[in-house]
Amino acid sequence: MLMDLQGFGHLLLSGALMTIQLALASLAIGLVIGLLGAAAKLSPSPFLRIPATLYTTLVRGVPELLLVLTLYYGGAQLLMWGASFFGYDEYIEVGAFAAGVAALAIAFGAYATEVFRMALLEIPKGQWESAQSMGMSRGQTFFRIIFPQVWRLAIPGLGNLFQVLLKDTALVSVIGLNEIMRQASVGSAATKHPFDFYLAAAVLYLALTLLATLVTEILERLSKPELRGRRA
Amino acid sequence: MRAKLYMKNSNAALELINIHKCYGNLEVLKGVSLTAQKGDVISILGSSGSGKSTLLRCINLLERPNQGEIIIGNEQLALIPDKNGELKAQNKRQLERLRSRLGFVFQQFNLWPHMTILQNLIEAPVHVLKVPRDVAVARAQELLRKVGLADKQDAYPGHLSGGQQQRVAIARTLAMDPQVLLFDEPTSALDPELVNEVLAVMRELAEEGRTMLIVTHEMRFAREVSSTVVFLHQGQIEETGSPEKVFDNPESQRVRDFMASHQA
Repeated sequence: MLMDLQGFGHLLLSGALMTIQLALASLAIGLVIGLLGAAAKLSPSPFLRIPATLYTTLVRGVPELLLVLTLYYGGAQLLMWGASFFGYDEYIEVGAFAAGVAALAIAFGAYATEVFRMALLEIPKGQWESAQSMGMSRGQTFFRIIFPQVWRLAIPGLGNLFQVLLKDTALVSVIGLNEIMRQASVGSAATKHPFDFYLAAAVLYLALTLLATLVTEILERLSKPELRGRRA
Repeated sequence: MRAKLYMKNSNAALELINIHKCYGNLEVLKGVSLTAQKGDVISILGSSGSGKSTLLRCINLLERPNQGEIIIGNEQLALIPDKNGELKAQNKRQLERLRSRLGFVFQQFNLWPHMTILQNLIEAPVHVLKVPRDVAVARAQELLRKVGLADKQDAYPGHLSGGQQQRVAIARTLAMDPQVLLFDEPTSALDPELVNEVLAVMRELAEEGRTMLIVTHEMRFAREVSSTVVFLHQGQIEETGSPEKVFDNPESQRVRDFMASHQA
């Protein structure tokens, strides 16, 4: 048999579950960061625009691995320093999962900011104007008219970023979280069959990214109902 | 905050007083005043750059005027200067309420491409006026029949021609049952053969007695449907009066020249 996992298969599967959790949690937070970041970058106020630009420049300019390590080892210090301003002086511990999600979400959010920003710029001003001319509030206009259009423009780019994110979860293995990569190295060390385990890990990543591509395509099609009749 | 009531002119649907608008150092509106009585159809003519569209867009604050007063029905829109010295609404709620009473038809239609035609028509009635959905749907279907597009309710804007899209856009503003309709060059983005279907809908609205302000280059149409014609030149009213007077017997040499070069 090509892959002999010698009873460590469940280990890899539990790793896959952890990878999925990491990726989905980072995706959810990263999307919110991205949307806020894009709004801030397009804001007329320099107090929003400048920090957002600093954020995307900084985060996109350093390796993700560095973010993971910094947030894991420095996150607790950072949080305690921040909390001390609010009069909270107890010890705070940052778990590997929280640090991993934070690092991946911050990285994803920086790239998603650019994807959302581009999409927002694509929406003609007249879309805002026609909604507001009918008495819709800014919030209503954004959530009912603008965001659905931004979303469908952003899906392909976000799908791409999510693929990258799925694979970047491997970086979190360095802080000891039991995701696919770490479980594979544990298994290979125990059995002395590294090839089998890394091959199995590769197959798992491939399966996950294929699934992600499929979901992206379905979302893309759902977001453009007017094309449904046409493609047939 | 209580709205100021204007009793002296209770038949006015819309009153603009001394509207000024600058872009940087360029003053595009230099104090324009205009009153539309209920049922008036006022065409606003003038060469490009005369401030016609800007004036129309100031009425519902798509552009912020630098000075002036806006009274819709008998309610004055409360304005305060923003940090650029332009006037913004003092109270968002009042602005939203007054905007919902003004139907604005854009040159580029601006239908919402992710919604069906029916959804385009019921969106604002349901979410702004809080009309029950089934009532809004029935009303929308009636309006689509009126503009001759009853069979398109489930289509998306991208599937319609420009003329059809503009008729939907008109139906969409009518769905709010506005007191005044504002048309900003509604046929300028259309292929010539599609212009008439839109003008026919507008003509019908004029005949129903709706109050309308129309910025247009369609001279023949303006002459036929207007109760009043306003000619703008460099941000000021150059001449105003009945279509017979402004088209056939203008006092101003400039208007005479304009009419000669735009044979109606």
